Amino acid sequence: MLPLVLEEVRFVAGGRVIIDSLSMEIDAGPRTVILGPNGAGKSVLMRLCHGLLTPTAGRITWRGTRNGRRPRQQAMVFQRPVMLRRSALANVTYGLELAGVSRRERELRAQDVIEAVGLSHVAGKPARVLSGGEQQKLALARAWALGPEVLFLDEPTANLDPGATRDLETIVGQIHASGTKIVMTTHNLGQARRLGDEILFIDGGRLVERAPVDRFFADPATAEAAAFIRGELPWT
Amino acid sequence: MDGISAAFGEAARLVAAADPALVAIVALSLKVSVAAVAAAALIGLPLGAIVGITRFPGRHFVVVTLNALMGLPPVVVGLVVYLLLSRAGPLGPLGLLFTPAAMVAAQTVLVTPILAALSRQVLEDAWHEHGEQLRSLGAGTGDSVLTLLWDTRFALVTIVLAGFGRAAAEVGAVMIVGGNIDGVTRVMTTAIALETSKGDLPLALGLGIILVTLVLAINAAAQLIRTAALRRYG
Repeated sequence: MLPLVLEEVRFVAGGRVIIDSLSMEIDAGPRTVILGPNGAGKSVLMRLCHGLLTPTAGRITWRGTRNGRRPRQQAMVFQRPVMLRRSALANVTYGLELAGVSRRERELRAQDVIEAVGLSHVAGKPARVLSGGEQQKLALARAWALGPEVLFLDEPTANLDPGATRDLETIVGQIHASGTKIVMTTHNLGQARRLGDEILFIDGGRLVERAPVDRFFADPATAEAAAFIRGELPWT
Repeated sequence: MDGISAAFGEAARLVAAADPALVAIVALSLKVSVAAVAAAALIGLPLGAIVGITRFPGRHFVVVTLNALMGLPPVVVGLVVYLLLSRAGPLGPLGLLFTPAAMVAAQTVLVTPILAALSRQVLEDAWHEHGEQLRSLGAGTGDSVLTLLWDTRFALVTIVLAGFGRAAAEVGAVMIVGGNIDGVTRVMTTAIALETSKGDLPLALGLGIILVTLVLAINAAAQLIRTAALRRYG
């Protein structure tokens, strides 16, 4: 279903232009990191791609789907994990149930991913009493269990300590290795370097620069990107 | 003063001895209010969930109306249900007036807006928290309603119990549509009103003690359920 093609996409909310005539193509393969300052429109762009928001103008098309159809082989993990009041395992099987997976298959797949993210020991515990890091791992497991072709990650480590962040990054690497395209936002340059293959630099709702990660950091082509890297580096 | 303490003593004796007349009245009260709250929950909770979760033209008006209807005066509800069920009314042929079924109907009308309005608020908050995630997982409106009704079950139990307290404690509606017929439609509140006016204070007080105990126990249970659930499920 990739590439995902955005043509002249514009998104306006409350009279404010958040995404401004943005065109791009997201291909299968490399891990794409959407980078940009706060308020640049990263999260909105991700929600537009995922289908949670509808563009005010322009077109978003997945290969092989008719205009406007939102394919199911994609998942998203949000900055703050949201868990239902049921066990960790049941939170994973819930997503699979919605996807129409049979009961037997749901259990097996859920147990597999929960083990893969290292949460087997808390699988039966209520999900909402797990730590923030554990909940975010569970959110990744829930998304991974769906076997998505594309996984959108919206600043998944923004609220986590360094240890949990490292674990999350490892899991994201595993998910990518299993064949899932990763599209992720962050404003952490270190993380962008560690996890990204290519960078999409967004500023003011526009795609300012797109480059392989090494070239982006070593030799940014635009003044905005250069200023962003200079400004952010001391805190990464 | 002596009269009052004597009445209390007699009331305590009636309660302790499980006086048959008293037991019959309490049992009917519970039957009517449980049935009414069950019916109100079946209508009110899904209604509250749908209004809380979906967006449609006129939704604001519906929310305001539901909130306003929480304050329905029981006597007015009784009067309207009386008119509907009276021989000349549209539901007259059913022959329900002055039966427990009529009392259930009146209390259902009284409690449904309370359950709908309070659950609407709970479900709207839950949707605010979970909505994006549920949509991301591909949940439709029906899936979301069922999922969030289950997810907020502990909050909803306390709402239903509050509705039960309201139903069990009201007197105006059941008095009008039930008629307070001895052994048929006499419940705790109507009996208390009647016995007080007759001057039979011990029975009125005995029923009053049971009613207050019941309402306090229900509220305590609601509080305990909520606290325990919060500790267990977060």
